[in-house]
Amino acid sequence: MSTVTTSPTGPSSYSQVPDPLGRFGDYGGRYVPETLSAALDELEQAYAEAAADPAFQSELSDLLTRFVGRETPLLFANRLTEHVGGAQIYFKREDLNHTGAHKINNTLGQGLLALRMGKRRIIAETGAGQHGVATATACARFGLECVVYMGAEDVRRQAPNVRNMRLMGAEVRPVESGSRTLRDAINDAMRDWMGSVETSHYIIGSVVGPHPFPKIVRDFQSVIGKETVSQCQRDLGQMPEMVVACVGGGSNAAGMFYPFVDIAGVRLVGVEAGGRSAEPGSHAASLSHGQPGVLHGSLSYVLQNQDGQTSDVHSVSAGLDYPGVGPEHAYWHDAGRVEYTSVTDAEALDAFDLVARKEGILPALETSHALAWTIREAAKLPREAAIVVCLSGRGDKDAAEIARLRGFSEDMTHG
Amino acid sequence: MADVAVDAPLTKLSAALAARRRAGEVVVAPFLTAGDPDMDFTFEALATAERAGATLCELGLPYSDPIADGPVIQASYTRALGGGATLQGVFDLAARAAAQLTMPLVAMTSYSIIYRRGIERFVGEAAASGLTGLIVPDLPIEESASLASACRGAGLGLVRLVTPTTPPERAARIAAETTGFLYCVSVAGVTGERVSLPQQLKDRVQWLKEQTDVPILVGFGISRPEQVQEVGAVADGVIVGSALVRHLEAAGQTAEHRAAALAAIERHVGDLVAAAKPA
Repeated sequence: MSTVTTSPTGPSSYSQVPDPLGRFGDYGGRYVPETLSAALDELEQAYAEAAADPAFQSELSDLLTRFVGRETPLLFANRLTEHVGGAQIYFKREDLNHTGAHKINNTLGQGLLALRMGKRRIIAETGAGQHGVATATACARFGLECVVYMGAEDVRRQAPNVRNMRLMGAEVRPVESGSRTLRDAINDAMRDWMGSVETSHYIIGSVVGPHPFPKIVRDFQSVIGKETVSQCQRDLGQMPEMVVACVGGGSNAAGMFYPFVDIAGVRLVGVEAGGRSAEPGSHAASLSHGQPGVLHGSLSYVLQNQDGQTSDVHSVSAGLDYPGVGPEHAYWHDAGRVEYTSVTDAEALDAFDLVARKEGILPALETSHALAWTIREAAKLPREAAIVVCLSGRGDKDAAEIARLRGFSEDMTHG
Repeated sequence: MADVAVDAPLTKLSAALAARRRAGEVVVAPFLTAGDPDMDFTFEALATAERAGATLCELGLPYSDPIADGPVIQASYTRALGGGATLQGVFDLAARAAAQLTMPLVAMTSYSIIYRRGIERFVGEAAASGLTGLIVPDLPIEESASLASACRGAGLGLVRLVTPTTPPERAARIAAETTGFLYCVSVAGVTGERVSLPQQLKDRVQWLKEQTDVPILVGFGISRPEQVQEVGAVADGVIVGSALVRHLEAAGQTAEHRAAALAAIERHVGDLVAAAKPA
């Protein structure tokens, strides 16, 4: 195996990535077929111009305010805090965004980029369906054609989101190959893009894929962390002890952590899907159990066998059911700036129940992973400490499946 | 390429291509998935292709997530992996073919597989097994310095690809860096048969010939004798993948299916080679 070394140039330099070749330390890069190279160059150029264009920034900002409903609140979870009996727990309410998750922050930004590039057809992949819905929403708003690839297994697990995408005019294409989950949806989205690259833009949903996607998605999602930093200053009068987010591909975590990485003293914790157990094939915790490898266009931590074949993974949450992770997380992991850990399916389900009953919020199963770890760790911290959890999405899409797993009767799940 | 040693693997590849060019014949380069349905079959298929007149063969290393491949090759990779194909098995197959056949073999592989093995180790094992070159479709020139250096050291070719979306100045740079041959992708898209090839293909190949002396092979979408003639009028040769791999679909079922698949490959390659001879 090739050696990977990461040497940040100083304690406050964590935000100075990627380099012009899309490298976060040694991770990232652009491992794609030549057919896509020109489109990625074009995207990089268009994004650089947009980022420097006040008109673009103001249009996006206006959409985030009026269409999405930002800024999202920072809520003190008082009954959960009381129940746990440790640090004060705060929720950054990304679940209150239009479409119910953080994904819309990225799809509106990339949708505007597609318009700038004159591309009228949008391709997306989706796991839990949140990114698919957010893409379908942006496309409806902008008048763009929308095709969403979704693993057939996820089409089953996340039926409400499939319906919502179709209601907004998107075409949902179930993917029957491989494990029929997120990874296969990304493969098929990329294959579509190979043949349609001159007229289509691929709105990738996480901080994964070839450069410049990990940077673009992180930047669009950083609104989460930026708002949180100023809300902490305003409401808490100080920075939190700890900031926690779930990590599949890692977009809500990257958006939350990025504005914090250069603030010394704030512990950042990414929580991966521990699945049923730490056995290969039973989890989706790439940083906890994987190693450096190339998947879907970038070098990062991946779960694969000794021949470089991608491993099957498992998580109860479709959005975390992915054998890779964004390259910036690999960089933060090796640099020691962010701690990565995992919780099991069962712990996430318990956290879902507790937060539903104590706070009147149904969190997404993905988010429930971050909540599970927070509930466990908050008890060990003093009462003066504050923990912020990125409440990345709402759990309506999961409610029927959880009710089924919990053995609730049909009339209760539908009543 | 001037500094390549006479006994280097790349020399065997270049010599085979040069011989066809001297004879005025179009190179026919079949692509076969290693290990679909098993390595013994692949060896027989390679021998069959050589007998039918193939100049060289591309050996596809099965990969779990081949984003540049269409449904036919993707399904073939899935069958091969499901049947237990391993990287060591592919190298063993290549070594057996190198010992018993005369045509050069070039491996088509995802960079994911190379990276996991380690670049130096992979290249060393590939050269030792008698492979003459590598085609790495998911490794653009910007990311290829380490692999290119290792291949140079081992005398292994590193075949680069240009596509319809590659801008001219970039195509010229790729043509300057390729070794063995230049892989000209006919269409923007994944592998798979196409009914017609783009009008601009001939112009693109003509332009590429002005940039490099390295043989130019055209691949993606080619399956029929008339396409060999059409492309062969400008390019050095053709690569035929999905259409041949389609013959493997049922090869794993019974001995009869196996024999039928080999016969189909022999006939198909034979037809393409017949079309490749000068009129």
